[in-house]
Amino acid sequence: MSGYSSSVNGTRYTFEDLRSLLAAASPRRSGDELAGVAAQSEEHRIAARFALADVPLKQFLSECLVPYEADEVTRLIVDTHDSAAFRKVAHMTVGDLRDWLLGYEADAEALRALSPGLTPEMVAATCKLMRNQDLIAVARKCRVVTGFRSTLGLAGRLSSRLQPNHPTDDLHGIAVSTLDGLLYGAGDAVIGVNPATDSLANCIDMLRMLDAVREKYDIPTQTCVLAHVTTAIAAMERGAPTDLVFQSVAGTEAANASFGVNLGILREAYEASQSLRRGTVGSNTMYFETGQGAALSANAHHGMDQQTAEARAYAVARAFKPLIVNSVVGFIGPEYLYDGKQIIRAGLEDHYCGKLLGVPMGCDVCYTNHADADQDDMDTLMTLLTVAGMTFIITVPGSDDVMLNYQSASFHDLLYLRSALNVRAAPEFEAWLERMQMKDAQGRVRPVTSQTPLLAGIVAGEMTSRGG
Amino acid sequence: MAVERNLWASLRATTIARVGLGRAGDAPPLGDLLTFQLAHARARDAVGTTLDVARLTAELQPLHVRQVSSLARDRIQYLRRPDLGRQLDRSWADDLSRGPFDAVFVVADGLSAKAVNDNAAAFISACMDRLASWRFAPIVLAQQARVAIGDEIGSRLEASLAVVLIGERPGLSVPHSMGVYITYNPQPGRTDAQRNCISNIHADGLNPEQAAQKAAWLMSEALARKLTGVDLKDAAPDAGGLGIEKGGES
Repeated sequence: MSGYSSSVNGTRYTFEDLRSLLAAASPRRSGDELAGVAAQSEEHRIAARFALADVPLKQFLSECLVPYEADEVTRLIVDTHDSAAFRKVAHMTVGDLRDWLLGYEADAEALRALSPGLTPEMVAATCKLMRNQDLIAVARKCRVVTGFRSTLGLAGRLSSRLQPNHPTDDLHGIAVSTLDGLLYGAGDAVIGVNPATDSLANCIDMLRMLDAVREKYDIPTQTCVLAHVTTAIAAMERGAPTDLVFQSVAGTEAANASFGVNLGILREAYEASQSLRRGTVGSNTMYFETGQGAALSANAHHGMDQQTAEARAYAVARAFKPLIVNSVVGFIGPEYLYDGKQIIRAGLEDHYCGKLLGVPMGCDVCYTNHADADQDDMDTLMTLLTVAGMTFIITVPGSDDVMLNYQSASFHDLLYLRSALNVRAAPEFEAWLERMQMKDAQGRVRPVTSQTPLLAGIVAGEMTSRGG
Repeated sequence: MAVERNLWASLRATTIARVGLGRAGDAPPLGDLLTFQLAHARARDAVGTTLDVARLTAELQPLHVRQVSSLARDRIQYLRRPDLGRQLDRSWADDLSRGPFDAVFVVADGLSAKAVNDNAAAFISACMDRLASWRFAPIVLAQQARVAIGDEIGSRLEASLAVVLIGERPGLSVPHSMGVYITYNPQPGRTDAQRNCISNIHADGLNPEQAAQKAAWLMSEALARKLTGVDLKDAAPDAGGLGIEKGGES
């Protein structure tokens, strides 16, 4: 092991390996301090960045952060690396790549061509040499377009997941929150429920209800019940109407094992969902969630800093051509991201790394009540991410997820982002909003009246009959 | 407008989600904004509350009470270092007299000390009434503590069961909810899968008396079967009806 070093004002800093160098170069965050891998001082941190800037990109191909033999995610990264695409930057250091990514030559097409030649660790390394504005500037040049019944990721668009969770999975309650979101024009990325109970029968009931609503109003979107992937496989075997298969994933084999998954199970689910052919404008059928701290919380981080481990999760995601991926950035808690500043930084990092690796990256702009963060921090993050071109944002009624007990973005927030930053829904969904007479002459979503066709249907008793 | 209002009133009955809010342009109206901010403020304040040792000691009389602390020295370190909140500060530990005992109740602040200030004494008293023949250790009041601190306390006291009462993560709708975690043969290194949990104990949820009924059943079964966790949950004839859950980290 050669090790890495730099000298700052006469003090020589040494770093045992690439893994500890990346960790020391990371912006300060509670999770890396908890793991004991963070820089020992602010000077130490910047010294690490100087050393990291000089590391040749080729070094990342020979020095694995987690051993090849011990980890299937490492094997996936190494075995699928596209050396032809890498040739463009093969002579560069990490610092050179950071400068090149920001340059005018690196346009959408150049970044798309390079993407399969970059490993998550290379991308994570550049991330540590970037300010927030750099993360935004490069991400907004990336273009990752996917589709199922709507087309996501086009320029000038911001889609949304409508998340109508209910503390006891009550189907009427879920339907009411779904209706509420649709009335704000939310839901073009997915209408996706986190089940309170991961039972197969429960999930099938929810899938059927969501599919019936979508069919009834002919909504060009996809639905999803975010149960465990094995539950989704069982639901598909029983013929439940399954558009997207969901799974939380992380950046190491051991962390994925803590979620009860491996690449083989994900492959099985991917193939099963592909065989259903339910998409109309595209065939991306997977939905993944990730989040900094997931590997550490499973004690499966192998000494990596949490941002680097997170970037490796995108290698897992991109292997299955997902429709959408998001990090749940502020959800995992203050022991990983302590306050609004750390959550905002991590949200921008996750989006940048995902996009550069070719993943259709959205975000759950969120926080918990024991984190030192509030709605003002979320306003900042959602605005920055929209400027950065995030694919979609998760939205819930009034920012209050009453099942998972945390605060996400609201349907109102989506309206604000569309107005303030002039971003539009997916084209198919936008046409549906027009058909449903929900847009005004300026293209804004109208306030609801009893004449709104969706609601008029409810008044007539279509969705509210309690049945039993 | 009246029709809409009536409609939303009926739809709202199906969920506690914040549906049917109005609009001021793109934003929620001020009333909804301030209501939300108040709920968040109460949840934030809950995290900062501390164990009311005087009140708990008075309410628990004539039971003996011992105070301990985790290795986390303040709230900020507690939030940043969950590992420290799980370990007992040894300088307090000598005070713990050895058993053997059938069970020890550990009253921990967790993320909402007010939840245990309000509910712990009534819960413990109701439990003890149901388990009259049991040998209980003195009640341990634990500051800056997480669930797993009960493992070290229970092990030192030679208690067969550690029953940790702890303030749960505050939500917008319920800022002061208590959870109870029961662990058989408590030892450092126990995992959440080896515990049973009763959650949602607060004024609008499960009351201390109801929670004690469930806890007493679980404690008796745990001692008889010599286990807690997933296996005990599965053994419960109507575990769903009892609201007994597998443990989760607090």
